[in-house]
Amino acid sequence: MGKRSNEPFLWLLFSAGGVFAAMVIPILLFLFGVAFPLGWLKAPDYNSLLTLASNPLARLFLFGLCMLSLFHWAHRFRYTLYDGLQIKHLNELINTFCYGGAIVGSVVAAWLLWRFP
Amino acid sequence: MAAPTEYVPKTYRARMSTYWWLARRPYVKFILRESSSVAVAWFVIFTLIQIRALKHGADAYAAFEAWLQNPLLIAINVIALFFVIFHAITWFNLAPKAMAVRMGGKRVPDILIAGPNFAAWIVVSAVLAWFILR
Repeated sequence: MGKRSNEPFLWLLFSAGGVFAAMVIPILLFLFGVAFPLGWLKAPDYNSLLTLASNPLARLFLFGLCMLSLFHWAHRFRYTLYDGLQIKHLNELINTFCYGGAIVGSVVAAWLLWRFP
Repeated sequence: MAAPTEYVPKTYRARMSTYWWLARRPYVKFILRESSSVAVAWFVIFTLIQIRALKHGADAYAAFEAWLQNPLLIAINVIALFFVIFHAITWFNLAPKAMAVRMGGKRVPDILIAGPNFAAWIVVSAVLAWFILR
């Protein structure tokens, strides 16, 4: 018997993050990254945005979005480096960078969203 | 030839060019699709900075909004938006290939599986926009 693989678990996170990212990120990035800064739409004022983001369900949603999206990135980016640049010999370094980055980002997200404001 | 190691097998393998994925359009599309994950990661960083600014008070948030108007940042966000939309479209189109549903001995047409995904995308986007803009 070979070593048990983490692959199915990582693939599950990749896949869940892929769905979440596809459904949610385009509209949020369009509004906050493009439409509001360019003045196409009126940005919500500070207090209403704070009220919205303070809601426990919104915070849980944001945490899930950040965590799953990061693991989606980690898995996909890791294989892009493998296949695209063929740098398999840097295996451990890439894994540490990708999954380590996803874990650090998730902890930062949890820490930021735990208490509000 | 280099000594065999864990990642360099003894059997001969021709070394592919590092830029193999530029050779054909579908390869380029594949690499661009996979690269969309970088835009996803950028969005998370962006969101974390935004949440931090929101928690630090109205002044900090105003500074964050001013920072977003920087042309460089707008350019980054437009490119990232292109990539996340590309990710969404390719992801939903992939769904029928990942789950080949059979009913009554026949395979359910791709459009019946991809379609609801696209419909859900529109609904989710509309609901989020409503929460933010109301």
